[in-house]
Amino acid sequence: MPDKPAQENTTEAVNQLHVFTSPHIHSRETVSKTMWSVFLALVPAGIAGIYFFGFPALKVIIISILSCVITEALIQRLSHKKITISDGSAALTGILLAYNLSSSVPFWVPLAGGIFAIAIAKQVFGGLGANIFNPALAARAFLLASWPKQMTDFARPLSPDAVTQATPLMLLKEGQFNDLTQLGISYWDMFIGKRGGCIGEVCIIALLIGAAYLLWKGYIWWQTPLGFILTLGGFSWIFGTAGFFKGDFLFSILSGGVVLGAFFMATDYVTTPITRNGQLVFGISCGIIAFIIRRFGGYPEGVSYSILIMNAFTPLIDRYLRPRKYGTRIPSA
Amino acid sequence: MKKLIKEFTKGIIIENPTFGLVLGLCPTLAVSTSVSNALGMGAAATFVLLGSNIIISAIRKMIPKEIRIPCYIVIIATFVTINELVMKAYLPALNASLGIFVPLIVVNCIVLGRAEAFACKNPVLHSIFDALGMGTGFTIALVIISAIRELLGTGRLLGSVIIKDFAPVTMMILAPGALLTLGLLIGLVNYYHIKRKTNKEITKVGCDGCK
Repeated sequence: MPDKPAQENTTEAVNQLHVFTSPHIHSRETVSKTMWSVFLALVPAGIAGIYFFGFPALKVIIISILSCVITEALIQRLSHKKITISDGSAALTGILLAYNLSSSVPFWVPLAGGIFAIAIAKQVFGGLGANIFNPALAARAFLLASWPKQMTDFARPLSPDAVTQATPLMLLKEGQFNDLTQLGISYWDMFIGKRGGCIGEVCIIALLIGAAYLLWKGYIWWQTPLGFILTLGGFSWIFGTAGFFKGDFLFSILSGGVVLGAFFMATDYVTTPITRNGQLVFGISCGIIAFIIRRFGGYPEGVSYSILIMNAFTPLIDRYLRPRKYGTRIPSA
Repeated sequence: MKKLIKEFTKGIIIENPTFGLVLGLCPTLAVSTSVSNALGMGAAATFVLLGSNIIISAIRKMIPKEIRIPCYIVIIATFVTINELVMKAYLPALNASLGIFVPLIVVNCIVLGRAEAFACKNPVLHSIFDALGMGTGFTIALVIISAIRELLGTGRLLGSVIIKDFAPVTMMILAPGALLTLGLLIGLVNYYHIKRKTNKEITKVGCDGCK
């Protein structure tokens, strides 16, 4: 308005204008809703784990979640930040960490793991959205490097006594069997989760139910999990221990933590690529690395390390697979 | 005298070679697995630092500017060789556990850094105090890091059991433990510096803050 004098205190006026970057579309999606949805999708696998491994499994899950949430609140309190434990990201890290542990670990393992996951792997980098590595998997790597004995004792499922049992993949690594029938379990047993392993990874069907919910709701996309699982299975089939094209496709994808990792950890928003093509590259690369570790490495299972290694490559993938800007031409080679 | 004391104390806190200048990280990360290793490394580095600082400062006007770095290296290598031979003769166990990192003191950035930044511009007495301060600072940093790593990684300090019934955090005496401990300690030291600065003077926001 020309007749009015110009605003004298311009900085104050500017401060009252809220500047946001596009898109300016309102959506019901929030961080906390996404986090709690993933948490909810993980619940069936947890119930199955508690069914197979009993009360100790519940204990590990509860300690792990509490440890993560309390550590997050404490650090945010100490650094005078807003306490955001209700957004569910710390609880999600806690439940994922517990699912990566054996039910027979002593109580201080999930406790130390939760503190490491939140304090070292997440808050040191700047909190949610700034961490390079998946906190739950970083904590698992830390626990495995620190207490290998406690981390590789697996309870026998549906057993009232605390009997430990090696996982199918550990037996495979030791060369103790060539055929699943020698192990006394069937593919169906592996599908419903009647085998030794971590709490959350054993029951494939429960994990698939959760994953289907997330896919249906659009929280995760098929590129990463499908690329991961098919690559790992395909390579295991082609380069089987018995010879070319004689590997066990089903065994390789039903054993270990590949279903849990592919659907719930390789799809973490913060530490994996944002574009669909990038997610496909991420999933396939994870599959190849996991296969190499399983087949040639020192560990029986390589899913967690494959995701951690690819987490480090995520910025690179995002950089090279940038989507084309609307209206621009693809540069000709 | 006051200036000499200042030369000595600056190396311990403000310009601590490990936490402040972030120099000499290779031996810091590699030998800080136990306190005895750290003390041995600290003493060896301090000896070399002292010797090289004295000689370089004494002949600083004779060294041609163009070839000063090779001259420093020759002087430093002399002291490292003396140090290594003495260590092999009288402390064979320490020499074995420090391994390649004893001869590697030749290329330790702290030693070369002090020669280039201090000894070639200052008189002998000042250089002695500078070397002692830097050596002490380096030793203190190594001992702090190694004490944390040895205590958490093995439950012991200087070989004697401190914590009983403790499942040691094996990772702390492996390479990741060194990087984690060093990173967190540097963060802590930086926090202390920032805190001290903001308490002393009200820092200005924006580009003026750096002036």
